[in-house]
Amino acid sequence: MVPKQTPSQTVGPYFSYGLTPEQYGYDYKQLAGSNLAEGNGDGERITIRGQVFDGNGEAVRDAVLELWQADSQGRYAHGSDPRGSNTGFKGFGRVGTGTLPEHYFEFHTIKPGPIGDGQAPHITVVLFMRGLLNHAYTRIYFSDEVVANGDDPALALVDDARRHTLIARRRESAAGIVYQFNIHMQGEQETVFFDA
Amino acid sequence: MSEPCQFAPRDWNSHPPQIYPEYKSTPLRGPTKPLVVLPQTLSELTGPVYGQDAVGPLDHDLTKLAAKDGEPNGERIIVAGLVSDEDGRPVPNILLEVWQPNAAGRYVHTDDQHDAPIDPNFMGAGRCVTDGSGRYRFITIKPGAYPWGNHYNAWRPNHIHFSLFGPSILTRLVTQMYFPGDPLLELDPIFNGVPAASRHLLVSKLSIEISEAEWALGYEFNIVLRGRRATPMEH
Repeated sequence: MVPKQTPSQTVGPYFSYGLTPEQYGYDYKQLAGSNLAEGNGDGERITIRGQVFDGNGEAVRDAVLELWQADSQGRYAHGSDPRGSNTGFKGFGRVGTGTLPEHYFEFHTIKPGPIGDGQAPHITVVLFMRGLLNHAYTRIYFSDEVVANGDDPALALVDDARRHTLIARRRESAAGIVYQFNIHMQGEQETVFFDA
Repeated sequence: MSEPCQFAPRDWNSHPPQIYPEYKSTPLRGPTKPLVVLPQTLSELTGPVYGQDAVGPLDHDLTKLAAKDGEPNGERIIVAGLVSDEDGRPVPNILLEVWQPNAAGRYVHTDDQHDAPIDPNFMGAGRCVTDGSGRYRFITIKPGAYPWGNHYNAWRPNHIHFSLFGPSILTRLVTQMYFPGDPLLELDPIFNGVPAASRHLLVSKLSIEISEAEWALGYEFNIVLRGRRATPMEH
């Protein structure tokens, strides 16, 4: 068959003023940033924090991550979800790893509820970086959802030994609820990446 | 309730491999284990919705958006095209984000240390939305070639970066548009990482129809997103 889909190309090292301008200090309004919960009070406020590691175990300084998620009631703000989000929660965030110390990314959001189709609560992650020819696609699950994770049909497709790479670890402190989620591009801890 | 439509898979005959050693950033960054194939649930069949409300009045004109006290240097061009899916259906009302270096081959990004001048009247980022028939159009300056550190005397061909959303998170696409007849293309490991049969899909065409007399040349770059999955026959 003759290929038709426009091929993917790397985002390259210089995406910041196009995709994340405010975060990197450029004078241009950005589409979305690290705070998905802005102006929205419904649900448990959480922080998702981590690093992206290359095959040498070094933190990647020029990656950009996107989150796509349902609201606290498990509803997506999109026409294909007939329930729609009624909380004003857009569910999309975007952050580069080039502005925090040690190349951390940090999102402030709301913990998504279960969608209602048997899947455990999760967030979709799309990852771009220099040297990545096709964007990587993975999911964040939550360590405090043990029972739901055990019944999740997507996690069931993943080898037992690799499932932990998809589960963000919850930590509660005076500063709030922080989930730690690192992404390993390669190696023994290589994150499970999906195709769908 | 009707089920949301499913999408055809990513066509791996069209996209580059995860690792293409000639492009030296890939061997330590591309995933090495097979991708796990997920069924398309509501999480995959939905995605961020950004339309005209996400675009400012000058976002489609990169020659004006960041201008301080005059026109940017370089050759003004119009880039336009159709966004469709694999089955030829136009994809209306979706957001495109673009970014590029200036005419001298210099990005405003602080990491770019290429010894070429910054243009005070040009940033190189913009956005536009496809219209009701899937067409987009923006105005910019033809980007310059620039050296990069991949190998000795490595130069990137002229290109514009594109980011598209499409109807769901599954149609997300980040790519690069190139210019016809660029002799650097055959030397570029990022372009050559794409399977030979689909490389032409990344090269725009000079279009006299898009060009405007006495003002700017036009380039046509059509973009094809994932199509719909063939529906199984009903019993």
